[in-house]
Amino acid sequence: MELILINLLDGLVTGLLLFMLSAGLTLIFSMMGVLNFAHASFYMLGAYFGYQISRYVGFWPGLVVAPVVVGLMGAAVEKYGLRRVHKHGHVPELIFTFGLALLIEEVVQFFWGKNQMAYTPPEALNFTLFAIGDNAFPAYKFFMIAISAAVFLVLLTILKRTRVGLVIQAALSYPQTVEALGHNVPRVFMGVFGVGTALAGVAGVIAGPVLGTFPGMAVVLGSIVFVTIVVGGLGSLWGALVASLLIGWMTTFAKTYNVSGADVMALIGLVPPTDMSDNPFRDVWTMTLPQIADILPYMFMVLVLVFRPNGLMGRRET
Amino acid sequence: MSETALAARPTTGMLRAASPWLGAIVLVVALPFVFSDSSAITIMNQMAITIVFALSYNMLLGQGGMLSFGHAVYMGLGGFMAMHMMGWIEEDGLPIPLPLLPLFAGLFGLACAAVIGTFSTRRAGTGFAMISLGIGELIAACSIIIVAFFGGEEGISGDRTMGPPVFGVEWFTSGEVYWIISGWMLLSALLMYLFSRTPVGRMANAVRDNPERAEFLGYSARWVRYISFCASGFFAGIAGGLFAINYEILTEENLNLATSGAILLMTFLGGVGFFAGPIIGAIVFTLLQTVLSLQTELWALYVGALFVVTVMFFPGGLTGLLTIHIMPWRLGRLSELMIPYAKTLLPGAIGVLGFCGFLEILFHARHAAAGDHEMILFWITFDTHGPLPWIITAVVAGAGYWLARRNAPELKAALDHASAPDRMP
Repeated sequence: MELILINLLDGLVTGLLLFMLSAGLTLIFSMMGVLNFAHASFYMLGAYFGYQISRYVGFWPGLVVAPVVVGLMGAAVEKYGLRRVHKHGHVPELIFTFGLALLIEEVVQFFWGKNQMAYTPPEALNFTLFAIGDNAFPAYKFFMIAISAAVFLVLLTILKRTRVGLVIQAALSYPQTVEALGHNVPRVFMGVFGVGTALAGVAGVIAGPVLGTFPGMAVVLGSIVFVTIVVGGLGSLWGALVASLLIGWMTTFAKTYNVSGADVMALIGLVPPTDMSDNPFRDVWTMTLPQIADILPYMFMVLVLVFRPNGLMGRRET
Repeated sequence: MSETALAARPTTGMLRAASPWLGAIVLVVALPFVFSDSSAITIMNQMAITIVFALSYNMLLGQGGMLSFGHAVYMGLGGFMAMHMMGWIEEDGLPIPLPLLPLFAGLFGLACAAVIGTFSTRRAGTGFAMISLGIGELIAACSIIIVAFFGGEEGISGDRTMGPPVFGVEWFTSGEVYWIISGWMLLSALLMYLFSRTPVGRMANAVRDNPERAEFLGYSARWVRYISFCASGFFAGIAGGLFAINYEILTEENLNLATSGAILLMTFLGGVGFFAGPIIGAIVFTLLQTVLSLQTELWALYVGALFVVTVMFFPGGLTGLLTIHIMPWRLGRLSELMIPYAKTLLPGAIGVLGFCGFLEILFHARHAAAGDHEMILFWITFDTHGPLPWIITAVVAGAGYWLARRNAPELKAALDHASAPDRMP
């Protein structure tokens, strides 16, 4: 019971972190039809900027400044890069953002090298908030949950309750009409792209200290983020939330229960072969649940695509 | 008289169509005699494998409009199968001569593509790209877990020399293997070219450009995509088999996103709109990789920047740039372009070199061991912590950029002028 509770909390942390990335990504996609392959790279930039700022003035200014810088860079990428490629269609746009992801990784290595940075949680949050049984729950994790939840609520309020949100939603469905009404739709696009990348930046600043700040961090999380929005349904904010939480819990739970393939096979009455060294199916017996935890999201995605091609909550076709 | 002329006409037409292929055969046969040292042979083998892989990738991207982020999977799976077969030849005496191995690797790639394609080709564009990425990551991650087939972290390796000798050749050296690889390269390139000329290949183009209209003509867009996808998997598998023969080892690296990304990069650099594009891309990229990586640690940064610039400004790739000059060349006006080119490209190239120099100095200053201030760049030794090198490279980069940018419209006008077929003398 204690283990389940702590896993639920840990999964919530992972899931909400994923959601911060997938929310921006899915927002950008539903607006411009562009899947920003470099989205996770902006997350990485957020972590590195946060680290660099924290070395001079501490963690807290970094939490504010780094996402703003990342958002401005994102807006610049939209204005000077994507807009130019846009006329060639969606596939060149995707290739452009892919190239950007490669380039950002190289640039990060250029400035900070290949090693992991010593980016740590701030002193003020370096205590145990509460403990469930023997499992301590650090205050920093609670802080991550709080920030992600706050970001989601603010985003939802802006989209659903304000005039800006109204214009954005209108520009989603009828860009020409909105333009005819006198709104600057390209600027709205640039703003959405900037805000989306800034969200990724926030995620980077708060995840960098716990997940590690290193040049491969974008690749590690990037593919999972794409899986998340495909599973949730491209362009659906609620779908992204549901899929993020599902994937967060799925991987967290899988990592704690050491069920091996042999246990599963025993359930259906199969005994392991006596000679394990030369059996082509030996891996079925030796693989364990924590081992395959990282590929569960991908298997989940394949299943969803086979049985529900539009994703869990998506209305448009993948 | 007239009868012989009539009979001769189709032959000359066929000869013209076959001449690039005959030229390629002559080139492939002549190359190992011109560049006979082993490092050159190694590079040529690598190039030939990459060409097959890039051409198979362009069957998806260029001809079918399907952007894949997981194409390495089919090459890798074919390669792993070839590696296992090499093991069976060695241990169980399977009577398959080595040159036939890529065929089986290709068939295995085809089988895998036929399974995965059933659900991944449902959509083109973004949907296909995302699914290919997910499948690619899935299989790359599986390769660590399924040790029996993929060999875990260290991969699987074998020995190509254990099979029955072919005409007395036992494939000990890479020079001997060159003939297998280049032979398969020519054969697969020809087959892929012929595939693009078949009705299926033409329909793939139609589905790429306008799937709705193709559906109205009675073709199932999904079915056409599926066939292209399977064919592409077959040729990627052949490339994997060649890889297995050449390197005798396959690891997770052959399946992962980095390899899939590299093939996208070089295909796009070469030019996706042309059959020869991926060939040029593979050759240039392999050379770039070999030469640049010996010269500088920052080569991946340069290649990444080159890629982004290509996508933004030259969507036709290298081949696209070359084809702009066909018209002026036919009209005999290439000489008109000399001066505008010199005025734009020369400052541009010098500016780029200046910028690269600036980056190299910055990199050295940031990452060299403490106290190591000495650096050699363009055969000049200098101190990276003095202001002069920084100023010089920055000024050169800025001036080059400014000049190139100022003269670029002139070059464009000259190109347009030289390509105009019916201008007044």
